[in-house]
Order: sequence, then C-alpha cells, then structure tokens
Amino acid sequence: MLSLEGITNFIDEGLNATFNPTIALLCEFAIVGICAITLFATLGLVLVLMERKVAAFMQIRLGPNRVGPMGMFQTAADTLKLVMKEGLTPDGADKFLFNLAPFIVMIAAMLLLAPIAFAKGFQIWDINIGVLYISAISSISVIGILMAGWASNNKYSLLGAMRSGAQIVSYELSAGLSIITIVVLTGSIQLSDIVASQENGWWLFKGHIPVIISFIIFIIAVTAETNRAPFDLAEAESELTAGFHTEYSGMKFALFFLAEYINIFIACAIGATLFLGGWMPFHIGSWHAFNHIMDYIPSSLWFVGKTFFLIFLMMWFRWTFPRLRVDQLLNLEWKYLLPISMFNLLLVTIVAIMGWHF
Amino acid sequence: MFLKEYIKDIYNAVKSLLTGMKLTGYYFTHHKEIITEQYPENRETLNLSERFRGEVVMIHDENNEHACTGCSACELACPNGTIKIINKFEINAEGKKKKAIDTFIYHLELCTMCNLCIVACPTDTIKMAQNFEHSVYDRSLLTKKLNHSGSKIREGVE
Repeated sequence: MLSLEGITNFIDEGLNATFNPTIALLCEFAIVGICAITLFATLGLVLVLMERKVAAFMQIRLGPNRVGPMGMFQTAADTLKLVMKEGLTPDGADKFLFNLAPFIVMIAAMLLLAPIAFAKGFQIWDINIGVLYISAISSISVIGILMAGWASNNKYSLLGAMRSGAQIVSYELSAGLSIITIVVLTGSIQLSDIVASQENGWWLFKGHIPVIISFIIFIIAVTAETNRAPFDLAEAESELTAGFHTEYSGMKFALFFLAEYINIFIACAIGATLFLGGWMPFHIGSWHAFNHIMDYIPSSLWFVGKTFFLIFLMMWFRWTFPRLRVDQLLNLEWKYLLPISMFNLLLVTIVAIMGWHF
Repeated sequence: MFLKEYIKDIYNAVKSLLTGMKLTGYYFTHHKEIITEQYPENRETLNLSERFRGEVVMIHDENNEHACTGCSACELACPNGTIKIINKFEINAEGKKKKAIDTFIYHLELCTMCNLCIVACPTDTIKMAQNFEHSVYDRSLLTKKLNHSGSKIREGVE
C-alpha cells in the first residue's frame, strides 16, 4: 500500500544507493527543507481562507466569494498583492533588528515542525526530548515579536510587544503543566512514544476528567501563546492599530501573518499529538470490526483531521469571545489556570501511580 | 467560603462562554440565517429593510394630486439646506388668494437621509423611497423637482 512511510523509505534507499551517505543526507536535508516551505505556503493560504470563511459564517455573512469558485483564490491573490508591495523600513527604526525580526518568528515556527509526527513513520526528527524541545522553542517566537516591537521605534509596536511578552511568560506555565500531565501518564517525552501509548485509546478518553481539564487548559494556553483572540492584546486593532507589526508592510508583514497561522497549526498539531493520539486511528475497546474499518483511513488523514478540528475550535473561540483586558488576562492565568493546572497535575500523578487510567 | 465563590466563578464563566459558542455554532451550521445581499446579481430580488432610506419623494395619487400645502416646515427642519420650496398664489373659486406650491426643489447631493423633513411634514406628503442607485455623470441631475409637472393639491387638504 502506498503510504508516506513507504515513499520516504524509497527515497532514502534510492539516494543511499546512488550517492555516498554524506551527500545522500544533504539531499534529504534539501528535500525536507523544500517540503517544509511548501507546507508552510499551502498552510498559510488554506488557513487564512478557512479563517475568513469561518468568521463570515459565524457572523452571518458570506465571506470571500468573488475570486475563484467560493472565493478559493482570494488568499492567493492577497499573497500576490503583498509580494508586489514595497517592504518599507521606517526612518527611525533599528534597520538590522527590524528586518531580522520577521525571520526569527518564521524560523521559530519552522524549528517546531521538526519533531511532529505527521503520519505513521513520517517524522522529520524523532528527538528523544520532543516535548521539552517543543516547549523550549515555542517561546523563542516572543523574542522575534519583542524585537519587532522595539526596532519599529513606535509606541504602539512597543506596547504590543510588551503585552505579548507578559502574555507568553504567563501562559507558558499552564501550557507546560498541561503538557506534563501527558508526560506523567506516558512516562516518556519522546513524541513517537506518546503517540504509541495511545494505540488502545486517546489520552483524552483514557485519562478521565483530569486529562479533559488539562486539555481545556492546554487549548486556552496555546490560544494565548499564539496571540489569538480573545488573547490578541499584542495586536488589539482598536487600541494599538496592529501592535507589534504596525510598521511592517509587504512581504515582511506577510511573514508575520504567515507565522501566526503556522504557529496555530503547530500548536494544534501538538495538541492533537498529545491528547488526541496523533496519527492513531480512533479505536473503541474490543469492537474489532469497527477498529478494522478505522485502520483503513490513512494515518496522515487522521492527523490532519484532528489538527484541523482543533484549529476550527480555536477559530470558533476567536469569533465568539470578546478580547480580554491586560489585567483580566493575567488574572485568568495566575488566579485560575495556574492553580487549577497544578492541582490537576497532582490528580493525574495519583491516577498514573495507582494505574486508574485505562 | 472562598472556595465556593471560586468554583461558582469558574462555573458561571464556562457557562456564559458556552452560551456564546452555542450561538455562533448555530450560525455556522445554519447558512439560511446569512443576511448578506449579493447586490449586482440579485438586483431584481433585493431584500431591503423597511427603514432603509434612499431619497425623498413626494407622494402623488392617481389623479396627479399631492398633499403639499407649501408650508415650508420641511425646509425649516432640514439641517443642511437640501430643500427649497417656491410658492405661488392662486385665486380660488371664491376669489380669495391661496398659497400653493410651485416647485419643491430637492438637492439629493446635499441630503444626509436624516429623515427630519419627513417627521416635520404635517400632511405626510413626502416619504423616503428605497432606491439607492443615484450615480449620474452630471451633478446637476441630482437637483430634483419633487412635485410632478401639472400636479395640484388634493381637495380638502389645508
């Protein structure tokens, strides 16, 4: 059967047979890089269109429907427009940092792609500290945001960047604690192990109420970490025009915009891997016939389906909830999410020690 | 006691958030609720709101008669001089001079559709029409005469 694992193995063997191992490895690097960039570009187009359509339907509108069938080429046209535009650097800006910032944000998003298992045996780098790697790298993007805010030499940019900093420092904690609950249950921080441990059921169902609580906290925390409404204080159009990317235009603005959507995809992919079983098909206990049918759906489809379900959830949040004030944002984290997730971690630890999960 | 308040807070917060999500979820799944008018295509079947204001028109009945007495209440009510009433004096059957309207000038290019003239009119002779395709190549075309030529005041309207 044709699978992503088969294709990668075929390419790997073919390259190793023709070239010596070093050149074969370099070729593979190049292929992976091209695949990652293509994935990013497609994701940017698809997610922006999806966001606009979801937003429109939730606000009883139609959304983009003029460019192409159902407005499908709208985002492609927008990208073309952004490419043509001049990337202006303001006079008072710190030129080097200003031009560097969008790339830092993009590179952070790109690095996060490495340990994610897209399908069975289809993973760029199965690092043995996967979860730690993810939580470490995901906080690098805030440096890019702070850099953009500082280098723009603009009060709105700086305020937006500072808010974003406060926000990510706070919400990193509860995101980390909710990830740890899964690490406690699995006993491993390698992502392939975490996926393998969910073969007989996803952690969301196996782990009872504590895991459901930590899933909810995870979703809230990653929504905040990706700077999306109701936590989009870093942008806050009504008060800060566009926050940290007020001064950016053209392709540099597009890179920030793209990085936002890539970050959403990655956050949701991690959520799907940890709580919804990654590429594992949906299995119910001893219903063998049902399980067998589920196995026929390719693992990559399972992964993409789960990820897009979570992305839809985050879009649903965005177009329903009003934006929080800064003090409300920090209250929510330090007074509610953090104590709850700490208590929840204790509960999960007890569950894991006593072996009460399935 | 504190813990009770704390849990109650969380419960209420989650409940209100879910109520909001239920509504947007309903809109997302029920596309019939969509209120967008796809204008150039559905020009024949436009569904305009009753309160939509396009321009001021004068109501004429089938005998080409209107109810305008030429009292100028609308002209006074208009905040930006959109309306200009020109009156004339007619001699009626009993030999008395009576004020009547000669021309009701309406400057569409100045009108903000504020509806004050309609409210001010004592005989309800003017109303807001729903047409909105006003673009023309010459702005003098936007200065309109609202009373039809040859029209006269309806019998019994004072």
